[in-house]
Amino acid sequence: MARYGMVIDTQRCVGCGDCVVACQTENNVPVGYCRDWIVQDVQGLFPELYMEIRSERCNHCENPPCVRCCPTGASHVVEGGIVLVDKDKCTGCKACIAACPYDARYVHPEGYVDKCTFCEHRLKEGLLPACVEVCPTHAMHFGDLDDPESEVSKLLKTRHHHVLHPEAGTKPKVFYLT
Amino acid sequence: MHEVTIVSGRHNHLIDPYLTIWHWQIPTYLFLGGLVAGLLFFSALYYLRGKEEEYPAIVRLGAIWAPILLAIGMFALFLDLDYKLHLFRFYMTLRLKSPMSWGAWTLITILPLSILWAMLHITSVFPKWRWPHPVFQSVVSYTQKKSKLLAWILMVLSMILGMYTGILLSAFNARPFWNSAILGPLFLVSGLSTGLAFLMLLSKNHEEHLLLNKIDLMTISLELFFIIHLFMGLLASSEVKIQAAKLFLGGPYTASFWVLVVGLGIIIPAILETLEISNLGKRTRVAAVLILFGGILMRFIFVQAGQLSSF
Repeated sequence: MARYGMVIDTQRCVGCGDCVVACQTENNVPVGYCRDWIVQDVQGLFPELYMEIRSERCNHCENPPCVRCCPTGASHVVEGGIVLVDKDKCTGCKACIAACPYDARYVHPEGYVDKCTFCEHRLKEGLLPACVEVCPTHAMHFGDLDDPESEVSKLLKTRHHHVLHPEAGTKPKVFYLT
Repeated sequence: MHEVTIVSGRHNHLIDPYLTIWHWQIPTYLFLGGLVAGLLFFSALYYLRGKEEEYPAIVRLGAIWAPILLAIGMFALFLDLDYKLHLFRFYMTLRLKSPMSWGAWTLITILPLSILWAMLHITSVFPKWRWPHPVFQSVVSYTQKKSKLLAWILMVLSMILGMYTGILLSAFNARPFWNSAILGPLFLVSGLSTGLAFLMLLSKNHEEHLLLNKIDLMTISLELFFIIHLFMGLLASSEVKIQAAKLFLGGPYTASFWVLVVGLGIIIPAILETLEISNLGKRTRVAAVLILFGGILMRFIFVQAGQLSSF
């Protein structure tokens, strides 16, 4: 069974926001909301500044606190380690939103909780997630972390990388190359 | 300098600029849930000790108010749901790792049992009470036979109910201020204390009032100890928790929490109760009102502060 992950090259990312628009279009994200977003992370003291640009989203954690706290089983993990929300089971109690250290979830105007799905519907057709597909600088990569020959595994083997808030203990599966 | 800015304009409703998913409904429920836990616990306890006649407010009035207040609290929880039609989904499964699932099942168990408990005591409070249908009378007669068992069950369930109000919040690692195991015991003793304060307002009997004062003095002392313990624990932990504690130690909640919740809601009532117990002060309901005020304010502040604290 695959274990899907995303690898994002911060050296290539220019923060154009194509991934954000592609996701909104592909997934019919309601106006005013987004499932992925761009951050500028600036460190240092002028003139010695370092900036990292990142495209962020649900980390599809291996230890997902949102799934653990969901009282109805609406938040669940499917094959490939993808964390999804079953809107027919969601009560809109918002426990999962409180549980997510990445603030990756929101309440859809229809009342259920919504977030990034790694474009699971596209994966089933053998396509890449929409954000990865459109990235004009090829900064984003997607694949099976368990397959040593996959592009993502090779990148993680050869490049320095980090995840967001490793101290939260969630074991995220979106990696940032530095 | 370390600055992280979202540059693609994320403005997800209730998420940005900081979390505001839970409003008045949650603290209202946490307050009423804790209060009802106190009412049911002491009602069952003094019933089992055979003090019905001696302490009528604790045993009988407490029993009658409990399901009413619990139903209001549960209605507040219902109002919080964004997909109200899916309420039944809570009861299609039991998720052992989810505190909210435990809470949902506890509430649905304790509500009917507390109604039975109230039915048992209603005729002694309202002597002219007549049941509209004989079936109610047979339910009461049956409950009467099992009243001790019911009292024991209610004592256990009320502890779980009181504890759960804190555990609901403490189970979120992502919200450092809530993520402390002491929140369960703290909300339990605070709930017991607000229950006792509510009973003080109902009680017309001097002996009973004095007893309530004595027990409450113990619970609010414990509460104060747990509050100190909460902050000591946060300050001795990781950076995110130290930042969370600072919301109350110089941050935006400093004055409201330490002056209104701790000062007005715990320390002043403790002084008034001590004076009354030692026959130095007049019998007063001020302490009870202040405790209830402190209890509800603490829950509003804690629910808001937890959402403000994050990674």
